[in-house]
Amino acid sequence: MLPAEETGENGMQNSVILIVLLLLTALGYHLGRRRALHSVGGTQAIRHLHSLPSYYGLYVVLWAVIPALLVMLLWGLVQDTVLNELIISTLPPEMQSLPPERLGLLINDIHNLAVGNITSEAPSPAIKAAADHLRSLQAVADLARAVVVLAIATAGALFAWRAISPTMRARNRVESILKGLMVASAMVAILTTIGIVLSVLFESLRFFQKVPVTDFLFGLEWSPQIAIRSDQVGASGAFGAIPLLAGTLLISFIALVVAVPIGLMSAIYLAEYASPRLRAWAKPILEVLAGIPTVVYGFFAALTVAPFIRNLGESVGLDVSSESALAAGLVMGIMIIPFVSSLSDDVINAVPQSLRDASYGLGATQSETIRQVILPAALPGIMGGVLLAASRAIGETMIVVMAAGLSANLTINPLEAVTTVTVQIVTLLVGDQEFDSAKTLAAFALGLLLFLITLSLNIVALRIVRRYREQYE
Amino acid sequence: MSLIETTMVGEETAGEAPSVSRPEQPMQEDLGSDFQTVGEVRVDNPAISTTGVQVYYGEKHAIRNVSLDIGKNQVIAMIGPSGCGKSTYLRCLNRMNDTIEGCRVEGEILLDGENIYDKSIDVVALRARVGMVFQKPNPFPKSIYDNIAYGPKIHGLAANRTELDEIVERSLRRAGLWEEVKDRLDAPGTGLSGGQQQRLCIARAIAVEPEVVLMDEPASALDPIATARIEELIDELRENYTIAIVTHSMQQAARVSQRTAYFHMGHLVEVGETTQIFTNPRHKLTEDYITGRFG
Amino acid sequence: MSSGNSVSPSFEKVQASLARRYARERRFRAMGLGAILLGLSFVAILFITIIGNGYTAFWQTYIRLPVYLDPQVIDPQGTRDPEVIRQASFRKLVRQPLREMFREVKGRRDKRLLYKLLSDDAPHEVQQRVIDDPSLIGRKVELWLLADDEVDMLVKGHIPRETLLEGRKAKLVGWVDRLQAEGRIEKRFNVPFFTRGDSREPEQAGIAGAAAGSFYTLLVTLLLSFPIGVAAAIYLEEFAPKNRLTDLIEVNINNLAAVPSIVFGLLGLAVFINWFGLPRSAPLVGGLVLTLMTLPTIIIAGRAALKSVPPSIREAALGIGASHMQTVTHHVLPLALPGMLTGAIIGMAQALGETAPLLMIGMVAFIVDIPQGPLDPATVLPVQIYLWADSPERAFVERTSAAIMVLLAFLIAMNALAIVLRRRFERRW
Repeated sequence: MLPAEETGENGMQNSVILIVLLLLTALGYHLGRRRALHSVGGTQAIRHLHSLPSYYGLYVVLWAVIPALLVMLLWGLVQDTVLNELIISTLPPEMQSLPPERLGLLINDIHNLAVGNITSEAPSPAIKAAADHLRSLQAVADLARAVVVLAIATAGALFAWRAISPTMRARNRVESILKGLMVASAMVAILTTIGIVLSVLFESLRFFQKVPVTDFLFGLEWSPQIAIRSDQVGASGAFGAIPLLAGTLLISFIALVVAVPIGLMSAIYLAEYASPRLRAWAKPILEVLAGIPTVVYGFFAALTVAPFIRNLGESVGLDVSSESALAAGLVMGIMIIPFVSSLSDDVINAVPQSLRDASYGLGATQSETIRQVILPAALPGIMGGVLLAASRAIGETMIVVMAAGLSANLTINPLEAVTTVTVQIVTLLVGDQEFDSAKTLAAFALGLLLFLITLSLNIVALRIVRRYREQYE
Repeated sequence: MSLIETTMVGEETAGEAPSVSRPEQPMQEDLGSDFQTVGEVRVDNPAISTTGVQVYYGEKHAIRNVSLDIGKNQVIAMIGPSGCGKSTYLRCLNRMNDTIEGCRVEGEILLDGENIYDKSIDVVALRARVGMVFQKPNPFPKSIYDNIAYGPKIHGLAANRTELDEIVERSLRRAGLWEEVKDRLDAPGTGLSGGQQQRLCIARAIAVEPEVVLMDEPASALDPIATARIEELIDELRENYTIAIVTHSMQQAARVSQRTAYFHMGHLVEVGETTQIFTNPRHKLTEDYITGRFG
Repeated sequence: MSSGNSVSPSFEKVQASLARRYARERRFRAMGLGAILLGLSFVAILFITIIGNGYTAFWQTYIRLPVYLDPQVIDPQGTRDPEVIRQASFRKLVRQPLREMFREVKGRRDKRLLYKLLSDDAPHEVQQRVIDDPSLIGRKVELWLLADDEVDMLVKGHIPRETLLEGRKAKLVGWVDRLQAEGRIEKRFNVPFFTRGDSREPEQAGIAGAAAGSFYTLLVTLLLSFPIGVAAAIYLEEFAPKNRLTDLIEVNINNLAAVPSIVFGLLGLAVFINWFGLPRSAPLVGGLVLTLMTLPTIIIAGRAALKSVPPSIREAALGIGASHMQTVTHHVLPLALPGMLTGAIIGMAQALGETAPLLMIGMVAFIVDIPQGPLDPATVLPVQIYLWADSPERAFVERTSAAIMVLLAFLIAMNALAIVLRRRFERRW
């Protein structure tokens, strides 16, 4: 955790820089405009300018802001790391040679001391000296940052300002800069995907150095507890993902068993039977289910549904776990009802009216038309929707974290407790853990598995849905 | 359902647009509510007999007081400019208008002496007797066999698979499609050519043994060769069925029908023997339309 | 209809099948209606459960006690200096009236139980009162003091008297009864719930900290995702050439929209925290993660909004010599903006309800202080709900439900705003 004062100061310094930058841009805009106007000799000769004067102003502004902000961002990312390195290099050698975790704690203490907080131990003189050193370094660094950022802004503005001439194609230049920004924004989507793949992949590879891939993929036992001392019994945990996958599939299957019939039938009823009044009311209310945060469903499952199912089971003499897969699956099913129903609604409405006409024209009843003409025609689209719903169920986290179990049972009995991939990711990563243990890395391997499963489901589903749409377009 | 509504609205505006740009057109002429159809509306042996039919789409008065008989084992053609109500009238005859929200039908439509809009009449049974073929070929996304078998199956016309096979073959033969598709009955119906698809739809319609077949511009989406094939077929079908066909092509009406009814702005303007309508129209509007002055 | 001799044999078969077919029709219809009713009843049960469990949390039990603000204890020198008052121990002062009222209570254990009538926070409350108004010192004042959560639960009836009577806290019931009979117990509007941060003691726990955390997180999300999303939507819809890169971007956006949220949390942990070294538990990181998550929503909505602007507008602007960029920024964008805003609001509503990825980046810590900025350690409303739902005290069930009600109220307000915006600016071309 970062001490409050440090961030406060930092935040203030940031806002000061930003305010000055804002003033600079306002000035730059004004000066750019003026220079453009001057260059042709005033507003009456404005036709000699290639672009409107404001474009010259904007040109200056962009040159002032973009490089300066980039530098500021980079600096912010690098500063702490660089300062830490500097501090470590001034520490006594016996401290420098400490293991990374201890060194991290030490650096933390130095940081705390530097901002005047209480540290975990009474500080040694070396630490005190380091803290003082850090404080002075920080002051220098902050000042240097302000100076560098503002200097770059001024230099950029000046450069653009000097380039202004009547023939300069300011509009085109501004527009190509804007376009560049737009391309960069669009690239964020790709960067995100790359980021996801790389971050889970790297940590997973590290995990697979400790635990063989085959053990992970085909192992039937999951118990990630690693002994604190290496000589303890069961020193190495078991990292077989099969029970987790089985649990995930069991709960998702229950969810689909609940959601698909209800969602599909309500979509059919709303599309083909319901009066406009009922449709106007029922549809938004059903869609409310999609807007409720999953944590609310989790609470509902744990507080209401799970005890209800357990009592129900007891009353008929069944032994039901209080974290049964049934409860979690049922609630998850409720959550994805609107998902199934709105996708089904789309595909049912996409079935051309001419097919309905043909069927009614032959004397079919409404349900015969729906069952034998509309549903078969809509089947690919509905399948796509169900796959998307399945992918959502598999990736759902909060409901299972709150209502499903932690122990990895390999079972298909819905009354028992099972655990899921997402539950294990959360349990492995929440709480303080060293980052290099197999336990933490296992979470990333599970994340990779989850990502690959949902990604392939999505790709298949989207392809099916798209082909279906094209069929009727 | 809304799909139909929009196409209907579209048809209306399409019909009115030229009248705005060419105000001298007789389209604007209001025939008045007491207009009397020219020609003999009754026949000796009607399959369907309609009297004073009025159709409203919400506020819009789409069919105005139409009385007309459809003669048994005859082809009657309904012609007129787009938006004139000929399709709407046709759809009344097997209550296909029921599926359109806000559509109201008044008047009497007698099939076998009973008003088909009577409360006691079952739409499903009615449509089994009065089949329909649509403008665009609309085969189900199923196999050719299943397309034909669909109607007989839902109505329980076949007791077993052999009977069903017979019905499918008979219907395809009557529609003149059997020789072309007998080796690929399991192929999807949507894979056929446009003309074949439309003949498939006709075969599908006659597979339930209706008494009357309504055809709403059945050849308008087809090329000339396929059209000729359909027209031939219609002529052959006359032996066993009563056929009412809506068409925008006067030549087609002249070729396939025995009687022709001319619709204009919701009115049935004139009806008579096809030869008489095309050679010696009695009403001015009919004549203008026949001679291609508008529409 | 069966009259007349023209009826064919096939038609008789049709007639015969009708009854069976209509029965099937009715069954099918009933199934559809049943599905709808089931779905609607799920919504109803969910809301009834949450509201039924939570509405009582908006009132909290207080006990009125005559507290003698002894100058000897508070401020022996009579300085009236707030610093001095802050050093003083108010615990005794608060316990004194209880001791006097229940003189029959003897023994250490019983006395300790007696003091448990009041919240741990009661002394601080009195202290704050005195700091605000030092003239109270030396007077005996009747003060409404926060009751302990167990007393609160007992008064509200969430803990049955019988259960408590069987346990070792049986005496508590009698005392509460007596206080109630004397009119010293009252339920008042629960201000602390809205003004305080988290606490281990249910009666002192509030949602202000989590709400502030949610606010900063959403602020970061909005500031980043709206401009980026709009820019990306404009590029993809208006400028992008049809090539493989654009295809790739589109496929990416569609797939990102369906990636499980927890995977975004892993990304945030690995990239923002471990690689960039940003602070754990900070709304800044939460906002960054949620930005990446909401971007697909905003981009897809933005493109739909741009698509709905008819090409005639673009042609008109291009026709009078506007550049492509001017056409977009001057004409297309203003028309598409309401649609884009609607998309952004819906994206923000999703982000507000998101929990799982924030667990990954440490926004799940127990934080008492209300965060003052996007770099302070914080938690958010849904995570607060998750944390409270995990707590064993009965009183937290009530608070959890109440926090859910607050969260849902925000979500409903946001969605309503989106609907209003859409209705108001929806144009049919």
